[in-house]
Amino acid sequence: MTETLTVDGLTVHYATREGALQALRDVDLNVPAGQIVGIVGESGCGKSTLINALLQLMSENARIAAGSVTLEGEELVGAPSRRLRDMRGRDISVVFQDPMTSLNPVLTIGRQMHDIQYREKISRAEKTRRAADMLGRVGLPDPVAKLDAYPHELSGGQRQRVAIAMAVLMRPKLLIADEPTTALDATLEVQIIDLLKELQREIGCAILFISHHLGVIAELCDRVVVMYAGEAVEEGPVADVFNTPSHPYTAKLIECDPGRMKTKAALLPAIPGDLPDLTAPPTGCIFRDRCDKAAEICRTSPTPSAVTGAHWARCHFAGGGRQ
Amino acid sequence: MLQYAFQRVLLALAIVFVAISALFTIMITLPGDPTTVLLGPRATPELRAEFRANMGLDDPVLVQIVNFWGRILSGDMGMDYNRNRPVAEAVFSALPHTMALVFGAIFWSATLGILLGAFSADNRNSWLDRVTGVLSVGFIAAPSFVVALYSLLLFSVTLRWFPTIGAGEPGDLASRLYHLALPSFAIGLAWVGYVARIVRASMLETLGENYIRTARAFGLTRRKVIYNYALRVAILPAVQVLGVGIGGMLSSAVFAEIVFSRPGIGSLIYDSVSGRNYPVVMGSMLVAIGFFVTCALIADLVNAALDPRQRVK
Amino acid sequence: MMDRLKHSLIGRLLADPMAVFAMAIIVGLVIVAVFADVISPHDHTAMNLADRFAPPSSTYWLGTDNLGRDTFSRLAQGSRIALYVALVAVSISGLIGLTLGMIAGFGPRWLDNVLLFVFDTLRAYPTIILALALAALLPRGLSTVIIVVVITSFSEYGRVVRTQTLSLKNAEFILAERAMGASAARIVFHHVLPNVLGPFFILAAMNLPVVITIEAGMSFLGIGVPPGTPSWGATLKDGFDYIRNTPWIIIAGGLPLILVTLGFTFLGEALRDQLDPKLRKSR
Repeated sequence: MTETLTVDGLTVHYATREGALQALRDVDLNVPAGQIVGIVGESGCGKSTLINALLQLMSENARIAAGSVTLEGEELVGAPSRRLRDMRGRDISVVFQDPMTSLNPVLTIGRQMHDIQYREKISRAEKTRRAADMLGRVGLPDPVAKLDAYPHELSGGQRQRVAIAMAVLMRPKLLIADEPTTALDATLEVQIIDLLKELQREIGCAILFISHHLGVIAELCDRVVVMYAGEAVEEGPVADVFNTPSHPYTAKLIECDPGRMKTKAALLPAIPGDLPDLTAPPTGCIFRDRCDKAAEICRTSPTPSAVTGAHWARCHFAGGGRQ
Repeated sequence: MLQYAFQRVLLALAIVFVAISALFTIMITLPGDPTTVLLGPRATPELRAEFRANMGLDDPVLVQIVNFWGRILSGDMGMDYNRNRPVAEAVFSALPHTMALVFGAIFWSATLGILLGAFSADNRNSWLDRVTGVLSVGFIAAPSFVVALYSLLLFSVTLRWFPTIGAGEPGDLASRLYHLALPSFAIGLAWVGYVARIVRASMLETLGENYIRTARAFGLTRRKVIYNYALRVAILPAVQVLGVGIGGMLSSAVFAEIVFSRPGIGSLIYDSVSGRNYPVVMGSMLVAIGFFVTCALIADLVNAALDPRQRVK
Repeated sequence: MMDRLKHSLIGRLLADPMAVFAMAIIVGLVIVAVFADVISPHDHTAMNLADRFAPPSSTYWLGTDNLGRDTFSRLAQGSRIALYVALVAVSISGLIGLTLGMIAGFGPRWLDNVLLFVFDTLRAYPTIILALALAALLPRGLSTVIIVVVITSFSEYGRVVRTQTLSLKNAEFILAERAMGASAARIVFHHVLPNVLGPFFILAAMNLPVVITIEAGMSFLGIGVPPGTPSWGATLKDGFDYIRNTPWIIIAGGLPLILVTLGFTFLGEALRDQLDPKLRKSR
């Protein structure tokens, strides 16, 4: 199986007044071609930092301290900015969380979709045709008229469809969906999920799907990565991870409120305790302070241990561990 | 949009009407012989008597206001008795010069201000940004007539790069622009500072918006994102400020016209005040206020046109 | 509580080099104005026709004018006029604006609309052009200058105070007071007024240099101070009339105006940065 996206040992630091904030530490992640991989975790777990690092669009005080990000074998970390810009929007693109603010309010939909195609050497009419065609495909009624509309003239669900159309317009190899349904209501959420599935089948791109919502991940994704405090703590096929969670954090997420698997929730279930201070992360297991199973061994850092073939967890007690 | 435009136009008309009526009322109710006020001190007794009867100066104030507007609307702004010409002629031959001056100032402030502001935001916290920041406040603080005097002294009298007086040869565009450059710069300098600051601030705000992140995530070039996507949104407040600022520019234009000895509304009023030529003062006021309110209205509507969100409000 | 707040505000202003620069200029202006007679090397009315248009020298620090009067002494006297007009005019227009703004914000809807329309209308008069028009009707003098300033500027205070009052009107703590039956007067004086004063004083500080400029401008046009009065604007007018004889009157006459407007503007900026945390972040 070829990998569309490979993240290897990615470590990102933010310079802050209190010292380096280690927002991502040694994160590994694979998105195989044509698959949908979900990422789940509480706010502050490093999801946004991860997305920014994948796009190489990081804030000024962020720095990739170690690790690599490759897209179809091509290294992105340290790549020339020209090359990166060339890949953004064409090979790798994003749907952001809030459709109300992610579209430029003073430009028409058509103009914005034109601008994305700036690299294509085709006529204006052809660009317009492609844009309208894509708007039709994401299920917007009267796509040609929508090209002349401004974002505020559309509803939230329609805007998110536009955002998706823009993201897949160039048929990217990897589509990053950053909580694309969080700002929408439940009915729309289902529609958008179905749309993503359908587009993925048609275009064949890989999708990295970030969500708070365990139920959506379970329904949509092939694989899931659980993140906690800047680390990937468990990864595996969705069914395996949700049926036999092997990291105590994953188990907590699922057991805390099984009802949330089906209903929409803005936030993950509350787990007692706070996130550790990431400017001085504790040595050993990052989840130790909030974990019921914490033992003496947890003072040393756990390495990923395999549970079954493609399912692993970063816990001393996982898989063949002493559980 | 249409309804919005209609409301704004109506409000603008009401403002001009009330502002001018108030001034007119002050003029006719002030103690003293209104014929002196309206005809100037050189009027003969016969002229006064005739004028008093014609104008109905003994009518109630309200009737006089109505009559005044009746005359204005039929195109009669009165007579300039000092120079024996219709006021309308005097005023409308002066207006284009003042308009050129004000639009020249807007040209300076828009081009330099937007460039400086966008550049500062793009290079935030660089030493150039800091220098621009301090300079902007300095520009804003410098009184326009001192700027006019200093630039006259430096560039015209001492260095002789620019002419000291007049508006240039009629019909010769190059000469006109040459004469316009310095006075309009003197008026515009403060606004360069204002616009630069506003554009910088709103640019920084805009650059933090999600749609800018979207544009960058779609691989648009940095230049395109900053100078096209962000600037389009960021100049909106500057358009509004310049529209309202035309009032201030008209005040500055009075000084620029006097310092550089240019014809225009400002020097017309100035000369009329020294000559107690009230009909011309009144006509000039009407035109100046009308021009200002119209410009503010246009800025408002342009803003609404550029910012589709405004129209729904 | 109030003391500590004031103390910390001044402390924070002293930490800002721009604010220190601004305060130094303003303190300097006040000192010059108060001790104008003491620090003037010459009588500002004394003419010395032998020394007309003298350049700056150890005798005449900033040179002399067309009548051989000492420019420095005249400018020192002029600072009194500038300060006097600025303080009086800003106080009057501020008080009117404060009152009308609170009435607009707190009063019934129709009154608010009427006052807003009045504010809008007054804003339509370009200051100097209105000054010229009124100068044709009113006697020449400082009171005319003050009247012009008040007419053209109180609406600005009114707008700011109105906006502030409106946003406070429905604030929770005020609704709670109302629910407990507090009188309108109590709400206005105990809650609205203290909260309105911050933006009000920032605006006033920003307006002082504007007023000084208007006075100088009107005097420059010959519709401000009576002839012979050493206003900064009148000095500049002399310099303009004799620009081909000497550049020094204009150069010297413009300096105090530029310095003082810079000082007040920087102080207003610093005050705003300190008093308005929302704006502090964006700079």
